[in-house]
Amino acid sequence: MCLGIPARIMDTGDGTAVVELGGVRREISVMLLDDVSVGEWVIVHAGFAIEKLSEEEAERTLALFREIAEATDRLNS
Amino acid sequence: MNRNMKYIDDFRDPATARALVARIRRDAGDAPVRLMEVCGTHTVAIARGGIRPLLSGAVTMLSGPGCPVCVTPDGYIDAAIALGRERGVLLATFGDMLRVPGKSSSLEKEKGAGLDIRVVYSPIDAVSLAAATPEREVVFLGVGFETTAPAIGGAIRTAAERGAGNFSVLSSVRTIPEAMELLASDPDVAIEGFLCPAHVSVVIGSDAYRPVARRYGIPCVVAGFEPLDILLGISMLLRQRKEGVARVENEYSRVATPAGNRKAQALIRDVFVPCDTGWRGIGVIPGSGLRISDRYAGFDAERKFDAPVVFSPEGSACRCGDVLKGKIRPSDCPLFGKACVPEEPYGPCMVSSEGACAAYFKYGGS
Repeated sequence: MCLGIPARIMDTGDGTAVVELGGVRREISVMLLDDVSVGEWVIVHAGFAIEKLSEEEAERTLALFREIAEATDRLNS
Repeated sequence: MNRNMKYIDDFRDPATARALVARIRRDAGDAPVRLMEVCGTHTVAIARGGIRPLLSGAVTMLSGPGCPVCVTPDGYIDAAIALGRERGVLLATFGDMLRVPGKSSSLEKEKGAGLDIRVVYSPIDAVSLAAATPEREVVFLGVGFETTAPAIGGAIRTAAERGAGNFSVLSSVRTIPEAMELLASDPDVAIEGFLCPAHVSVVIGSDAYRPVARRYGIPCVVAGFEPLDILLGISMLLRQRKEGVARVENEYSRVATPAGNRKAQALIRDVFVPCDTGWRGIGVIPGSGLRISDRYAGFDAERKFDAPVVFSPEGSACRCGDVLKGKIRPSDCPLFGKACVPEEPYGPCMVSSEGACAAYFKYGGS
C-alpha cells in the first residue's frame, strides 16, 4: 500500500501538478510540498506527491554501488 | 530506457546485486542474523526479487506488521459494511481492501450483493465523488500508515475547504514506530536489525527510529524499495552489527531525510490525534492509531453516524498474528496453502498482495 512511484513534473497548477506515470499523464496534489517546478522528480503515493527526489543523492547512492561492485571485483581477481 | 524508469531500473542492476550479496555474506556471522523488514512493500520486493534464498544461511529476513490491509481488524470491515447496509452510505475504498474478511462478509461480497462500493486511486477522488453525488453520503475507508495519512488528511482538509458536508472518513490509520517498539521488546522475536520502511520514513523522517535504536540497541536502516536498496540496507545493518553499534542510518537518502516532510507532519497533527488502536492478530498497541481531531469531527464517520469500530481479538486457527510479529514463517501456519490460498483467503496476510503469506505463496520462499 505504501508503494510510491518516481515521476517527473510535466506541468504545475494551483496546488496541483501533472506528472507522467507509466506513460499516462495524471494530475496529482502537491499540497504536501513547498514548491515544485517542471522537470523535478517527485514520489507519488495515492495521488499526492509526498516528497521530491534528490537527483544528487540518487547519484551518490549509485556511485556507492559502483564502488562496492568494483571492490568485489578486486577481491575476486 | 523509458525516461520514467530512470530511478527504478538504476537500482536493479544484477552485477551490483551479486557484489552486495557477496559483501553481506562476508559480513555475516556463523549463525544467520535475524533482521526484520517492517514494511509490506519490502516483503513483496524481497519475495519478488528472490532475495531470501540468496541470503540463506547468512541472514534470516522476518516479515513485519507493515501491511495496512493485514492489520485492519475485522470489526472495521464490519463497521464499514454496516454503514453501507444500514445507513445507505456510498463507500469509497482503496482496491486492496475489497477482499479483507470481516466477521461474516467482505466488501467484495457485499458489492456483489448490490452494495454501492467504489474503488478509488486517491482519497481526493472520494471528495470528488461526494461533489458529484450531493444526494448521497460518501464515506472513504481511510486505511494506511504514515505514508497514506497525509493523503487522507489532505482529502479531509480539501473537503472542509470545499464545504463537502456529505463526505467523511472511517479512519483506521496506524503509526509504525510504536509497533516496532512492541516487537523490539518481545524476546520471542529477537530482532537484530530493522530494515525500516521507505515511504513511511519519507513522511516521519529517519530520526523517528532513534528511540528504537537507543532503547533496544537494535540497528535501524531506512531503505528504498528496489532490490539494490534492500541489499545495501541489509549490508549496512550487518556492518553496524559487526562494529557493535546500534544507530539509525538512511540508505534512501534520495527521498527520505532525517526530519521527514514537515508539511505532511503538520497536516497529520492538524487533522488527526494519536490514540490507542487494535491491530489484527497483534492486539491493542498504545498510541499507535490516528483518529480524526475534534476540529474535523464533522468528517469523522464514526462520530457522524455514531458507528464506533469495535476491536475484538479473534480466536481461530489463522496464525496471521504470529506471522505479522515475525514469530513464524507463513509456511509454518497449518492453514497456509491448504485452507488458505490467495483465491480463497482465510486470513488477511493472504488477502493483501503485500501480505507476507500472499508473497510467500506467489513467489515461494518457505
